Amino acid sequence: MIFLRLFFEFFKTGLFAVGGGMATLPFMYDISTRTGWFTHAMLADMVAVSESTPGPIGVNMATYVGFVTAGIPGAVIATLGLVTPSVIIILLIARALKAFRSSPLVDAGFYGLRPCSIGLIAAALFLVIKIALLNPALYAETGRLLDLFDLKAIVLAAVLLVCTRGVKKLKGLHPIFFILASAVVGVVFRF
Amino acid sequence: MRLLWLLFAAFARVGIMTFGGGYAMIPILEREIVDRHGWATEEELMDYYAVGQCTPGVIAVNTATFIGYKVAGPVGGVIATLGVVFPSVVIITLIAGVLTSFAEVPAVKSAFAGIRVCVCVLIFNAVLKLWKKAVVDKATLVLFLLVFLLSAFFGISPVLFVVVCAAAGILLTRWGVRGK
Repeated sequence: MIFLRLFFEFFKTGLFAVGGGMATLPFMYDISTRTGWFTHAMLADMVAVSESTPGPIGVNMATYVGFVTAGIPGAVIATLGLVTPSVIIILLIARALKAFRSSPLVDAGFYGLRPCSIGLIAAALFLVIKIALLNPALYAETGRLLDLFDLKAIVLAAVLLVCTRGVKKLKGLHPIFFILASAVVGVVFRF
Repeated sequence: MRLLWLLFAAFARVGIMTFGGGYAMIPILEREIVDRHGWATEEELMDYYAVGQCTPGVIAVNTATFIGYKVAGPVGGVIATLGVVFPSVVIITLIAGVLTSFAEVPAVKSAFAGIRVCVCVLIFNAVLKLWKKAVVDKATLVLFLLVFLLSAFFGISPVLFVVVCAAAGILLTRWGVRGK
């Protein structure tokens, strides 16, 4: 029963992904690896689409994954799965909001959860880098170390990094701008 | 009934106008919730937002549930949440439908190969931005490295890391390791 599994997988994501949209990414990679519903490469594309369309990234990704896995009902069920734990947890703590905010136990838990969350996102980044900047298939074929690196892609990554971090005028621009520019570069230089 | 509809509509507008989530959502929430409907004060909104960040799940959804609950009880919480996700479900389903049928076009493939490079940089920037708040001492640096290495090179479920790290945070604080 794919709908039940979709709901369960996204319920788990909603329950354990702490720290906003990007924190759901490692869970989606985990789902991809275990179920084979979609590939790692497709997931990278979904991140781009989720960043460039209205709506919270986490919700957009759940809808996208659900749609790819099981059509429109899949999109709805994955999204409902993602938000159900939030709704339950928030309704539970809404009555005791002040106590929750000032609880030393909660604070201590989050002291450990925050580095965990970015550790997981960094590991997901590692998977995206493997797909976007490296060429393991070609390297396995030729055995030449230089073939492991996709030079065009690495140059684009370096330029983007400088633009998004170093250049004052471009730094504040919305990610959609860089995503569109990268799409154009990809088409023009035949990535 | 009318109130529930207003909640749904207000949060659907928040969903449509939020690009990317997170902090981009605050000014839109303020306009809809504080200015237009007076459902919460600015301070309350900031409280909800702060708690929404440190509870599991998507921040936008958590904040919506809070405000919906405050305005119209548990049903309000559910309706506000459905409102905030509604535009995403519609828009993404349309886009995903179109993209799936064009996925094999060579130009589309090239475009997405370029976009994936950009996604790397965007995720990298997200990690750097979160870094300052998360890695605050030696213990959190060790936690970060352990989670990163174990997660990147072994297929361990993220759930396990989350549970262990929350426990570690509590123990490290209790043992007085925190802040050193």
